[in-house]
Amino acid sequence: MSDATGFEPKIVAFVCNWCTYLGADLAGTNRLEYPPNVRIVRLPCTGRIDFNLIIKGFEMGADAVIVSGCHPGDCHYTAGNYHARRRWTLFRELLETLGFEMDRIHFAWISAAEGKKFQQFITEITEKTRALGPYTAYREICEAAR
Amino acid sequence: MIDQLRQTCRKLLEEGAVNVVIGYGQDKPSMMPHPVFITKPEETERLVWNDLCFANLAAYVTRKEIKALGKPAVIVKGCDERALVVLEQESQFTRDGIYVIGMACDGVGNPRAAKCASCAVRTPRYADVTIGEAKPATPAADGEFAQLDEFMKKTPVERLAYWKSEFSRCVKCYACREVCPMCYCTRQGGRCLVDKNRPTAIDTSATLKGNLAWHIARAFHQAGRCVGCDECTRACPAGINLRLLNQSLAKAAGRAFAYKAGMDPETPPVIGSYSLEDKENFIQ
Repeated sequence: MSDATGFEPKIVAFVCNWCTYLGADLAGTNRLEYPPNVRIVRLPCTGRIDFNLIIKGFEMGADAVIVSGCHPGDCHYTAGNYHARRRWTLFRELLETLGFEMDRIHFAWISAAEGKKFQQFITEITEKTRALGPYTAYREICEAAR
Repeated sequence: MIDQLRQTCRKLLEEGAVNVVIGYGQDKPSMMPHPVFITKPEETERLVWNDLCFANLAAYVTRKEIKALGKPAVIVKGCDERALVVLEQESQFTRDGIYVIGMACDGVGNPRAAKCASCAVRTPRYADVTIGEAKPATPAADGEFAQLDEFMKKTPVERLAYWKSEFSRCVKCYACREVCPMCYCTRQGGRCLVDKNRPTAIDTSATLKGNLAWHIARAFHQAGRCVGCDECTRACPAGINLRLLNQSLAKAAGRAFAYKAGMDPETPPVIGSYSLEDKENFIQ
């Protein structure tokens, strides 16, 4: 799996309990193979995913962060994903101003029926992140003593 | 203008229409005006008004100490009034629970503060009484977000390097929070997220990481709420340009949701509402 340098990307995925998590489950029961680089964190809703979690992901050593939830109209709690969508629209802008690498933060709508999409999405993000290399910029900040 | 202001406030206090006037006082002409809280009619002579009245007094109306005094009258400029509008949207007070004295303002600071170049409200619109007359607002020649647009021309690596050097000076005095009218969590006996430690939500260590964590949290909790009064930037003893971060969120809210904080009390807050038609070109 690893390339010449031995780099294996670490990816953390914050996913919704009602859709993407079941999509990942479906990928599993269908024996769809996807890279083992992704660590899935299950949350009740994309509306629950605090912006600090994304930052925390990078702090804990993630090279890319994924946020995935229900398609518009499918939210178990009616509107959690709509609220999340607004929040991420603005939060992305803030991260961009701060100089975070935006190609390491990914958003997707993956339903419980989309095991195939989950497989493809994770594979694509893993390959992209592998090409980008380790995300050192934020980790340098974390390690910087005052 | 000062006489009219003092008379208005004196009358309000004498009639008992309000219990306290939140205004500007100045100890010496050589000193900066500062907030004063006038409870007696004869003390209204202490009130001043000039182009150094920077402080956003909307920050005081949510304080429990002020609420304990009874109905306040608050002296606001156009930008401060936008903050009142946001606070009212967020049910921090009822409109008839406060008396708003609007000051027509041609800008503060000498030379004028950066925010005044793109001022949208020179004359407060929802005030109970408006004092003075201001020149009509003229849009800034190079756009409201000129400083931000210039900054965004840098590469992400340069931008991060800039913020690293800015935030390395942060001493976590939280002056940016204390002057902000939107940071009212601590003012009513509550706690700011950064002060909560069971569990710790935001790293509070005196390191670059802790400083960055605070500034991300502060900026994003202002998303769609910051009215751009720039008090945080003015209060910062380390001279950190917080204006840029606030502007990036204000610009995003304007571009994505056609929203400008504090312009219309009837519009639902941008975070806290949603539309089925919101754009999502960044979501796969």
